[in-house]
Amino acid sequence: MKPGSSKFGGTLLSVFTLLLAFAMFFPILWMFLTSFKTEQQAIQFPPQLFFAPTLENWRVALFNSPFLEYLQNTVIITFFSILVALLLGVPTAYAMAFYQTKRTDSSLLWMMSTRMLPPAGVIVPLYIIFLNLNLLDTYLGLVILYAAMNFPLVVWMMRSFMLEVPYEVIEAARLDGANLRQEFMRVIMPLLIPGLAATSLLAMIFTWNEFFLAVNLTSRDASPLSVYVSTFKAAQGDLFIAKMSAAATAAVIPVLIAGWVAQRQLVTGLTMGAIK
Amino acid sequence: MASQSLTPPSSAAAQPDRVEQRKFLSAPGLTFLVIVTQVPFVLAIWFSFTNWNLLRPDSAGFIGFDRLFRNYGRILTNPDFLAVIINTVVLTVSVVVITFIGGLAFALLLNRPFPGRALARTLLISPFLMMPVAAAVLWKNIMLDPSFGLLSFYLRFLGIRNFYALESFPMASVIAIVSWQWIPFVMLILLAGLQSLPDSTVEAARIDGASGVDMFRHIIFPHLTRFVEIALLLETIFILSEFGIIFVTTSGGPGIQTTNLPYQIFLEAFSRQNVGRASAYGIFAVILANIVIVLFLRVLRRNADSGEVNL
Repeated sequence: MKPGSSKFGGTLLSVFTLLLAFAMFFPILWMFLTSFKTEQQAIQFPPQLFFAPTLENWRVALFNSPFLEYLQNTVIITFFSILVALLLGVPTAYAMAFYQTKRTDSSLLWMMSTRMLPPAGVIVPLYIIFLNLNLLDTYLGLVILYAAMNFPLVVWMMRSFMLEVPYEVIEAARLDGANLRQEFMRVIMPLLIPGLAATSLLAMIFTWNEFFLAVNLTSRDASPLSVYVSTFKAAQGDLFIAKMSAAATAAVIPVLIAGWVAQRQLVTGLTMGAIK
Repeated sequence: MASQSLTPPSSAAAQPDRVEQRKFLSAPGLTFLVIVTQVPFVLAIWFSFTNWNLLRPDSAGFIGFDRLFRNYGRILTNPDFLAVIINTVVLTVSVVVITFIGGLAFALLLNRPFPGRALARTLLISPFLMMPVAAAVLWKNIMLDPSFGLLSFYLRFLGIRNFYALESFPMASVIAIVSWQWIPFVMLILLAGLQSLPDSTVEAARIDGASGVDMFRHIIFPHLTRFVEIALLLETIFILSEFGIIFVTTSGGPGIQTTNLPYQIFLEAFSRQNVGRASAYGIFAVILANIVIVLFLRVLRRNADSGEVNL
């Protein structure tokens, strides 16, 4: 516990930490490596750490399968649900950051609680509503639900970023006679671009990975990647271990990158801005 | 981070026109959220008092006041219900305990500067970022498969063949996979907590001759408490809804050994098409989650009052 008390001990602890971190990451790395093996190599004993890589699995998994259709669905649904959540959430965050009323705190807490309700609790009525409104297996249906899921995240995060804007900046704009729209678009928003990017990346992670609503409310046309990946619970025709690894790796890479990029804001996002 | 919850210096009252305008800013979003989240919930309560089964289209009727709680009664007297609740609690509590220990250990290890720390952190958060169903596919087929999985290869050294963890120890395996995903979550929040501890406090304690253990007990841990509360309560709320990993790895089985509340609702609704009973199960899930949510919000409010959380 005393850093610097022993240089050797410190180095040992660092190596130990790195090894443990590597062990946690290893399954993902193994999946990544497996995706470049032939099916023979993938099930070979002993498992090989070094081998001549092949891109064949990736070609089959991405282009000889419905992968790209599902990817397209995920991208469309993710993009529009975040867009709607931002369009509705940023003005709400703005009102709650700068024009607080007695009810603001309660509204914020209520919003957070909606984000935490178990989707399983309302899946039946959602299914019935979707059935009656012809929303089953449509982009629109999932976009609405995911936008509602991302809305509290957007409000909480954007509000916490807005609270960091120095009040003098807003004051000055008001003294110059800026109206609400100008104050918002010209003064506040430019300062919030980084926050907006971080919020979008976090919303993307949650939306991309969502499975429960997707599997129950879509059947094929609008199903996102998570539904496709879940079909690998059993071997799918010629999609065996190596090709499965390629498809699963391709499905998680965008989110891994988003998460690595947004690392600094991850904690804020995971706790909805409650911890900075 | 000091709370800025107080109304900014030039208060909204001084800007009556803007207060009026503010309503137009938040109304659309809030209305949208109320409709999307509350309407289904109200319907769920209504459905839970019907005997609607999609397989019997004529059945969509109100149960009647004399048998008002029939769905609830049926659920409560069903021996499976207790098993499902126990599974849900065992899964959630085990994961929370394991990830707390693992997450705290990693947070302490990472809370000191060393070359490669950023790399270690990046590697560590990856399991959490992964799509849960992809994590499940990875563990089920690539790691644990009895013939081709990596684990089975190492077990051969020990003379164990055709060992399938998901079949022999289904609940323990699910707990392990979920924990693998959630250790990074707890680690991230506790690490943020450790790093918000002012250096001066630690330094002062060290000068006063505090040992490592003392330091942990009297300085680090008290400071960390609220981060622990937030991390574990938030985690509990999400693990109570765990579905994807169970769906892929065990399908709730063998039997109902790994069926938790969300999976049971899924079976009731989409295999048995029993709208009434699935809704009643859903109400239980909401009640269970709400108990934890209320605790969580109380913690947040308390921390906001002491200015430690940005509310």
